[in-house]
Amino acid sequence: MITVKKLVKRFGLKTVLRGVDFEVQPGEFVALLGPNGAGKTTFLRILATLSRPSLGEVNIAGYKLPHEAAQIRARLGVVSHLPLLYGDLSAEENLRFYARMYGISNYELRITEILEMVGLETRRRDLVRAFSRGMQQRLAIGRAVLHDPDVMLFDEPYTGLDQDASSMLDDVLKTVAAEGRTVVMTSHDLARAENLATRFDILSRGIIAASATRKQMKKSNLLTFYKQALAG
Amino acid sequence: MTVKINKLDRRRKTADRASPLSLRERARVREGSFTKAVSAIVWKDLRAEFRSYELISSMLVFSLLVILIFNFALELDIKTRQSVTAGVLWATFAFAGTLGLNRSMAIEKDRGCLDGLLLAPVDRSAIYFGKFISNLVFMLIVEAIVLPVYSVLYNTNLFQPGLLMVILLGSIGYTAVGTLLAAMSVQTRTRDVLLPILLLPVVLPLIIAAVQASNTILAGNEFSEITSWFNLLIAYDIILTAVAFMLFDYILED
Repeated sequence: MITVKKLVKRFGLKTVLRGVDFEVQPGEFVALLGPNGAGKTTFLRILATLSRPSLGEVNIAGYKLPHEAAQIRARLGVVSHLPLLYGDLSAEENLRFYARMYGISNYELRITEILEMVGLETRRRDLVRAFSRGMQQRLAIGRAVLHDPDVMLFDEPYTGLDQDASSMLDDVLKTVAAEGRTVVMTSHDLARAENLATRFDILSRGIIAASATRKQMKKSNLLTFYKQALAG
Repeated sequence: MTVKINKLDRRRKTADRASPLSLRERARVREGSFTKAVSAIVWKDLRAEFRSYELISSMLVFSLLVILIFNFALELDIKTRQSVTAGVLWATFAFAGTLGLNRSMAIEKDRGCLDGLLLAPVDRSAIYFGKFISNLVFMLIVEAIVLPVYSVLYNTNLFQPGLLMVILLGSIGYTAVGTLLAAMSVQTRTRDVLLPILLLPVVLPLIIAAVQASNTILAGNEFSEITSWFNLLIAYDIILTAVAFMLFDYILED
């Protein structure tokens, strides 16, 4: 579903990604872990078509970047630590706007479906600026799955959430993953990543330093694996 | 894409039965159409603005303050007032427009909404045209309120078809360039300062043409006398809109 070969990203003289090789099979849930400044967000922004690679190949759902970016975007759902929602629009107005941007037909039914999924059906007419951070993040996930994407990218989705909101987000993420979507999530929260993902990749100093599936992980725990990858 | 979703649904069948997403097949995604995306952005901007009045109110208060200050500061006789009208008007529109353009793009940037727009499977020039039309509507609304106030304060009749046409053409050119440069400056830390510094030199030919054409119309001269200024305004609008259309995609990329 996702194939990345020798990906390099430079900002001026600074090289953030130094030849990343990365592959994700359909239906996999990959947690991309690493310290601050490792290049996780930059990598996800390239996959999301928001940033252009300096060198290397990126192929998502059979389409190549950068020339087929629009086709990739139609199959991609992105959630970041920012909600990507308009505070002066209600929950349903936000979803209606994005539905029109994605060219979804019969979107009123789809919006109701999404609001039920993220547990905001009763707040559909409330302005998003009145929502708590957790509610905004749930609606952000609703926005991202609105067009039924094959691939979901989550960039630190738990940032700024309290315990209850994080637990609710866990449930929504599990629902999204259980539907057979391919998911790539960056996170600093190892416990949550261990609970959700089927594969763990460690990004360090601009390269994938280690990769292991959940089955391989049974012998050790994620924290040990993470520390070993960063030390090596 | 429809086939693809159906395949996906089969794979997800077990999980879907109890899921509220069982109506998913009703959602049909395709590469969004250009005009639908443009109209969606305009609808979203107008809806949000007519709920908060953040942008129009700040532009309007600024504009009214400027013309009030000029009115009391200059204390001119009727004849001299007429000769400065075009300059005062266009200075007011230009500075108020900068406020509006900055705010319009800041709304997109603050909650990451610009990324939300860029993630849509549409040609990115649709985002430009959507924002351009919204910004133009806001500017024209402010101008429609400022003109009668100015007419009363300065005792000048501004409701002349020629002048209104010049204001429309000037506003189109100003907003076309302003939307492009606001998208560029909003990505910097000094966006509030940077936009006027970038924008005003670029729109200088447009402002000069608009002031000259307005002056000629207000002096009661023949239309033939402003043809060259009028043509310059039209050429500026066409060329700068085309340039903005071509550059917008590159400006927004990392």
